[in-house]
Amino acid sequence: MVTGTEARLPAHLADATTDDTSLRRFLFGLPGVDPVGIEQRAATLATRSIKKESKLAAIDLAISMVDLTTLEGADTPGKVRNLCRKAILPDPDDPDTPRPAAICIYPDLVAVAKAELAGSGVRVASVATAFPAGRASLEVKLADVRLAVDAGADEVDMVIDRGAFLAGRYGLVFDQIQAVKAACGDARLKVILETGELATYDNVRRASWLALLAGGDFIKTSTGKVAPAATLPVTHVMLQAVKDWRAQTGQQRAVKPAGGIRNTKDAIRYLVAVHEVAGSDWLSPHWFRFGASSVLNDLIMQRRTQAEGHYSGPDYVTLD
Amino acid sequence: MTLTTSALRWEYAPAPESATIARLKDRYLPFVGGEFVEGRGDDLDTINPGTGEVLATVSTASTADVDDAIGTARKAYDRVWSKLSGAERGKFLFRIARGIAERSRELAVIETLDNGKPIKETRDFDVPTAAQHFFYHAGWADKLQHLGLGPSPRSLGVAGQVIPWNFPLLMAAWKIAPALAAGNTVVIKPAETTPLAILVLAEIIADADLPPGVVNIVTGAGDIGSHLVTHDGVDKVAFTGSTAVGRRIQSELAGTGRKLTLELGGKGANIVFEDAAIDQAVEGIVNGIFFNQGQVCCAGSRLIVQESIADEFVDRLKDRVETLRVGNPLDKNTDVGAINSARQLERITDLVEAGVAEGAEPWTSSCPLPERGFYAAPTIFTKATQSMRVSREEIFGPVLTTMTFRTPDEAVAKANNTAYGLSAGVWTEKGSRAMGMAAALRAGVIWDNTFNRFDPTASFGGYRESGFGREGGPSGLAAYLDTDDEPVREAE
Repeated sequence: MVTGTEARLPAHLADATTDDTSLRRFLFGLPGVDPVGIEQRAATLATRSIKKESKLAAIDLAISMVDLTTLEGADTPGKVRNLCRKAILPDPDDPDTPRPAAICIYPDLVAVAKAELAGSGVRVASVATAFPAGRASLEVKLADVRLAVDAGADEVDMVIDRGAFLAGRYGLVFDQIQAVKAACGDARLKVILETGELATYDNVRRASWLALLAGGDFIKTSTGKVAPAATLPVTHVMLQAVKDWRAQTGQQRAVKPAGGIRNTKDAIRYLVAVHEVAGSDWLSPHWFRFGASSVLNDLIMQRRTQAEGHYSGPDYVTLD
Repeated sequence: MTLTTSALRWEYAPAPESATIARLKDRYLPFVGGEFVEGRGDDLDTINPGTGEVLATVSTASTADVDDAIGTARKAYDRVWSKLSGAERGKFLFRIARGIAERSRELAVIETLDNGKPIKETRDFDVPTAAQHFFYHAGWADKLQHLGLGPSPRSLGVAGQVIPWNFPLLMAAWKIAPALAAGNTVVIKPAETTPLAILVLAEIIADADLPPGVVNIVTGAGDIGSHLVTHDGVDKVAFTGSTAVGRRIQSELAGTGRKLTLELGGKGANIVFEDAAIDQAVEGIVNGIFFNQGQVCCAGSRLIVQESIADEFVDRLKDRVETLRVGNPLDKNTDVGAINSARQLERITDLVEAGVAEGAEPWTSSCPLPERGFYAAPTIFTKATQSMRVSREEIFGPVLTTMTFRTPDEAVAKANNTAYGLSAGVWTEKGSRAMGMAAALRAGVIWDNTFNRFDPTASFGGYRESGFGREGGPSGLAAYLDTDDEPVREAE
């Protein structure tokens, strides 16, 4: 394995990726995660009470962190265009409402979104690498990435080979992430671990480090196609990983929980976790994202409630 | 509009629970014979440790009032309570449990106001756990013969109980619920700094139509407690508090034949092995010593960490302690509240100063402390040695000492090198090691990869200078029952 990041990493991390055995030894040397402890901590943090101006700030931040997503077989250029308009003007009644960070779609629709979003500042993120299963040859995965990047994707959301990971073939997973990263060029790479299939927190921690070692710009929980998708404790483990990564390398990396974040309350709980586990340096759409779609309208409704002092209803917010 | 990489400086706005929920009264009275009656002792003021202001005036009992209360409890035992079936007693306990649950918010606020602990803890721990203790013991009331304590365990009579200020409501539940389930009547004295929550519990007890005199609550200071536990009219004494007072009670009761349980101090060791789940071990250490501002008899006040990970571990611990929010106990986001009294704060400060003088290196969280009220910043002594006062004496505050070890035997030797024996924690991913440590540690409660977890089904208690007897679970009930088997003669 030849790594492009080797030169920038401290010796113990660079050594970890020299061959399959070293990588395996490194990943198994990471401290375990106690499930009872992590779930208890996540549940306790979820009781934080965020009110008044801190809530307003959280809502605006959360809106600006949304990767507005549609990943259906039935997606059409028309649907994607509508979603782009929604991103540009999330709340027509209040043009000051922040725009979400990106639109997240399949590669064949990237060109449509790119044209629609031109000049808006909203990024285009494309899933790739035979999303969501990742069951394809590396050639196909790389071709998928190239198509997305050539069409103008600013960000690429790849899936790891969970079969290989669970079988202990960490070198293979590492090589594939590296190859995808190389194919991304300037696009930022989000590595989807599909934590629902990894099953244990120990695996989530190992997969997080594997993705960071291989050069992933983001570690992302889920495709949204597997239950459970993002959970608070899993996100805790990943936030701790990027925090530890920065402490050891000086490089900051980003985190994206995806799926299952449906309302403002959920989103704020995640922000509290970002704030208290990773630290306030991650409270920025560059360093933290929500992979979601319905959460945006709830955030908009809550934003109006804070401003107007009363609830409106879903019919007062545009669907897309 | 471009994607910003600058991060939001996010401050949580104050989120205080309303103090009016406590429905504070100006004056509280002792509860004797099913009624709130004026005591003949001097009134005392109870103070809100969060602000240092007076909350309410409490009428206190005189020794004569204690005599009366014990007489009332005796009458209630002889005439009513001992004659009720277990199922009937259980009904009353269930009612009290539901009463606590129904008034949980009020109880949480009044407990926070009177004690100084964060509302997060009273709301999510103290009050629900108190209700659970009544629920649990309600279930036992009609099943005493199935406790495994012999064919016909019998109630003892009148229980005299004295409880501390660190968990005022919960300790009341720990004491009252098993006593009643076992068929005894109760005279109980809360701590002089925290009498309010138990007097709200008295209202719940009255509303549950518990027969008058089955539970009597006498308020007052140490002299009243002393009079209660040494009284000839009580058949069973249960005390939770300091080792010094516990020792005195034990010597005074020697030779009287009265049953006694003591739940005293501790200097719990929390042992972290190099193979532990480090992040959760950090959480466990934080919970072990900063839960309830460290004013917990079973607090994990001594961190004993393996030398190979010690520096990194202590760095991570400090990093985590920095995120603890110290302040207004009523704020829902407060992690560490106020110390219960000026006197306790003074004791903590004195011991911390002694630690500094002896050369232990203190580290203190930079979290700002409120100007009014009794607050102590979370403190960690690195490089503490066994001979220092901070390592040996119970501080009963948010102060952790750290020591290192190289081998499991050394960890056991250091952990056991204390006059106490209440609690210990072991952090390792290796199950066999956890089991081995549990067998070697001399402590009544040993937590494996967790700390400060309580459940009514699990017995709690210590040995050596931490006391004797258990609370919770079947062994907790045994303390309130006469389990000497009457000789069973076989038919010849």
